[in-house]
Amino acid sequence: MWDWIKIAALGIIALLAALAANWARDLAYQVHALIVMAVATGLFIWTVRTAGDGPKVADTGYADGVIRAGVIATAFWGVAGFLVGVFIAFQLAFPALNFEFLQGYGNFGRLRPLHTSAVIFAFGGNALIATSFYIVQRTSAARLWGGNLHWFVFWGYNLFIVLAATGYLMGATQSKEYAEPEWYVDLWLTIVWVAYLAVFLGTIIKRKEPHIYVANWFFLSFIVTVALLHVVNNLSVPVSIFGSRSVQLFAGVQDAMTQWWYGHNAVGFFLTAGFLGMMYYFVPKQAEKPVFSYKLSIIHFWALIFLYIWAGPHHLHYTALPDWASTLGMVFSVILWMPSWGGMINGLMTLSGAWDKIRTDPIIRMMVISLGFYGMSTFEGPMMSIRAVNSLSHYTDWTIGHVHSGALGWNGMITFAALYFLTPRLWNKERLYSLRLVSWHFWLATIGIVLYAASMWVTGIMEGLMWREVDAQGFLVNSFADTVSAKLPMYIVRGLGGVLYLAGALIMCYNLWMTAFGNRVPAASEAAATPAE
Amino acid sequence: MNYHFLRELADSWVLLALFVFFLGTWVWAFRPGSREIHGDAANVPFRHEDRPLTEAGCGGSCGECDCGSKFNTDPEVRS
Repeated sequence: MWDWIKIAALGIIALLAALAANWARDLAYQVHALIVMAVATGLFIWTVRTAGDGPKVADTGYADGVIRAGVIATAFWGVAGFLVGVFIAFQLAFPALNFEFLQGYGNFGRLRPLHTSAVIFAFGGNALIATSFYIVQRTSAARLWGGNLHWFVFWGYNLFIVLAATGYLMGATQSKEYAEPEWYVDLWLTIVWVAYLAVFLGTIIKRKEPHIYVANWFFLSFIVTVALLHVVNNLSVPVSIFGSRSVQLFAGVQDAMTQWWYGHNAVGFFLTAGFLGMMYYFVPKQAEKPVFSYKLSIIHFWALIFLYIWAGPHHLHYTALPDWASTLGMVFSVILWMPSWGGMINGLMTLSGAWDKIRTDPIIRMMVISLGFYGMSTFEGPMMSIRAVNSLSHYTDWTIGHVHSGALGWNGMITFAALYFLTPRLWNKERLYSLRLVSWHFWLATIGIVLYAASMWVTGIMEGLMWREVDAQGFLVNSFADTVSAKLPMYIVRGLGGVLYLAGALIMCYNLWMTAFGNRVPAASEAAATPAE
Repeated sequence: MNYHFLRELADSWVLLALFVFFLGTWVWAFRPGSREIHGDAANVPFRHEDRPLTEAGCGGSCGECDCGSKFNTDPEVRS
């Protein structure tokens, strides 16, 4: 019966998508309708071919297939996102790379949201879904709830990414930073996200452990808050049901405040709370020691979610936003420093008594540098949110440097560590293909981040000072173009930092591939020789 | 239920309630007798690495194999 409902629904979706493609008012909508039609048709044929195959043997054990798929997707989207990032970094340094034949599709303005969404939502999102599914099963001692719903979450989320990414290239954007996808893509993500919440919460409810482990608290707050943020920030009315354009319900300063309430909490709950969930599981597992202080982790959790939600207005200093609101955002941002460092200390001190592992285990080393960058960027952020500092840093490359020390250092490194942890376990291998390659990845990525962050500090503070420089008569000394030409050397250094980071990620992909699918394990002597480097 | 009412409610009673809740989480975390529970919870990642608890093959007896937390009152696990 269920098969017949699926077949009928998929057929109707394919038909409606074909009609929508025919009546489409713009290219992006048409291409998306065709993608939906192709997906629905493919699923239709597959369902017809497998219908009535009889009841399968009930699945037991942990649902790890979806996590294996998530690991592959994370690695793939990571490399794709880093590659676009490196390309647009060089586009800024050398504008000739905005090729004439790609105008309107491959210029900086179109590729920039592709890069941000690819790294945050495709790389980070797939990592969060995969690791949360892994962790919630192990810490609940229960299989994922909801039958095959977790596969819908995985494929549905990746369809969202494909629709969002292709939409940016064709100009379908509602021009809200980190919330660029248009209305029908937003609606699809809402459906997928509710399914994600159902799978995660269902697994927690049927858990066999009396306690909900702290990592699951962080993951749950991430899922619930992102649902709330996504729905409120994307309230819009489509211009036509057959077109990709929409009009926002909020206007003016209300819209700006809603956008940065969303934007900052996307950082706070997507890129922080969710990844802290990873940290609270993988750091103890890899160190083979329980977390330093479970009480501190509880305080960390409640303090973080109580404070983060107020910090958004610091993105809108010196705007039409009322002063009290931006002061509120600033004060909460500064207080937020404390729980952030509490969490960092909790993660780092988990290694107390096992500090030698930093020397011998490159995966632990990645986790430690990740926590280091978490601590650094959660100090830098509160500092930049202070109005006086912000008057220098805002609109400069300092902000971009800050974001990347958090994203490349904290999110990237903890994700790489998680992938190195998961791959041998998920594919039933004794260990990683090569620890020496992990060390190579570690150093390439670390040097890449240092080049990136340092060059952006220099260029950001330089352009901030150049913009505000006035002569004795009160005239501005520099034109905008002066700052642009002064930044060229730093832009090239930044691009090179990106190349190193990308090279490290490619080495990781090779290592993970050989671990999972290669049938040769490198000579044991290598593993014995490298740990002490 | 206009803006001013919500605004005044937000910066008086709701502010107080949230603050008290937040302080309550500290009190809750440091409540007497929580040390053992937290020690047990911190060790959750080191159990059930390979399979869910109900399939541990214990047959309901928790003699030799790991039945998880000693705070577990689930009859299916404990019986």
